[in-house]
Amino acid sequence: MVDLPRRSLLAGIAALGASACSKINQSETTQSLFEAAEDGHRAVHRALAGKQGLAPEYTRAERSPTFRGNGSVTVEDPFYKAQLASGFPDWRLEVRGLVEVPLALTLAELKAMPQRTQITRHDCVEGWSAIGEWQGPQLSALLDAAKVKPEAKFLVFRCADTLYGRDYYESIDMVDAYHPQTIIAHSLNGEPLPEKNGAPLRMRIERQLGYKQAKYVKAIEAVTSFEQIGQGKGGFWEDVAGYQWYAGV
Amino acid sequence: MKRPKHALSTRLWHWINAAAIIVLFMTGLNISNAHRHLYWGDYGFDPKDAWLHVIKFPGWGTIPQHYNLAVARDWHITAAWPFGLGVAFIWIAMLVNGHFRRDLTTRPSDWTPRAVLASIKAHAPGGAAHGYNPVQRILYGMVFGVLLPLMLFTGLAISPGFQAVAPWLLDLLGGRQSARSLHFIAAWGIFGFFVIHLLLALTDWRLIVEMFTGGKRDETAPAPPPPAPPPPVADTQEGVPAHG
Repeated sequence: MVDLPRRSLLAGIAALGASACSKINQSETTQSLFEAAEDGHRAVHRALAGKQGLAPEYTRAERSPTFRGNGSVTVEDPFYKAQLASGFPDWRLEVRGLVEVPLALTLAELKAMPQRTQITRHDCVEGWSAIGEWQGPQLSALLDAAKVKPEAKFLVFRCADTLYGRDYYESIDMVDAYHPQTIIAHSLNGEPLPEKNGAPLRMRIERQLGYKQAKYVKAIEAVTSFEQIGQGKGGFWEDVAGYQWYAGV
Repeated sequence: MKRPKHALSTRLWHWINAAAIIVLFMTGLNISNAHRHLYWGDYGFDPKDAWLHVIKFPGWGTIPQHYNLAVARDWHITAAWPFGLGVAFIWIAMLVNGHFRRDLTTRPSDWTPRAVLASIKAHAPGGAAHGYNPVQRILYGMVFGVLLPLMLFTGLAISPGFQAVAPWLLDLLGGRQSARSLHFIAAWGIFGFFVIHLLLALTDWRLIVEMFTGGKRDETAPAPPPPAPPPPVADTQEGVPAHG
């Protein structure tokens, strides 16, 4: 009797490190526990910060000296290469899917819209951070112009880059879509975006980790679900590596 | 009425917290392997700016055993719930049931080398240890008052969703990369405590059993010294009680 607690304690510790782990990970119960924990974090963040609560913004002096490029840092597509060389004269950002007025906007049209400038911190899921000054129109302005239908629940960002032979894409819900700091950035630190940072257009969704900040954005698609898209998990990294869809933790 | 040596709230929290901490620590090592450099301030991505280059933690020490940031994060942010809510729970319970005031607060005399030496002597084989000695009060106080809350707050602070809730928390901790560094340092502080705590507990299996059953307060232990007697009343007019 005396030995029992100690033995079960040690067995419990050992089980955590053993191959039992992979079985535990794959079980449905564990997966739904993980999802509940992730959803719980999102619900608490939004309950406490509000849907419009802002991520911290910094001063120009606080910017990092450079801004690291990560993930895709170059795009192989010939059309992209030609556009990059000539300043993206024929690049169009489409707003499509569940919208009443599909849009196809040029870079000049996006720059003619009301602009938002924000100096924010980019936190990579790996652990590093960089601070940069971003400029571009708020996503909400585009969604209003396109008249997003009420049944749209998510926005999918379609990108020009590929990684491991797959098209990059990401998705967010409507709360983050209409957040004031969600912008389509065309400039970094007062200059047009460099290729490594997503030229000509990238998303800034400041309350989430780096893998949500889709680069080389070609189209924004309003959908009711992303189950039919990619592997159905809502994004490139979610599909490929099982990353959390809510990237706010 | 006999109080158990360890209150039910203490025992419940102790084991839930132990499980959560093991999962958090071992998944934390897997997460650390994703970018093995620590910085101070708000940003940091270039290893040449790092104040510490962290080793690559081997698979036997991480959850899962191979490098998998997504799975490690799944476990980490799930175990953060019992850990975080548990720290809040045990603090409230300790304040309500008197455990904190009775066993964990220190007096200035507890911080003297003499008190520390006496604590160690009492714990040596054949010593007469009972109750919470000054060294325990100081160590447990550091864990409850500094390490566990620091772990919790630095964890919240490095979450980009939570930064919109409490941007002041990041300022307080010196920026996001500082918070990340402190998260790492506090984790090793807790690891150090965990090792010492486990080694000491293994010297007497009854201590571990009692953490399950609650145990009984030791009736044979010497009673606490009686309060010092009042100074003798001088046989003078001033010494006579007023109401006498």
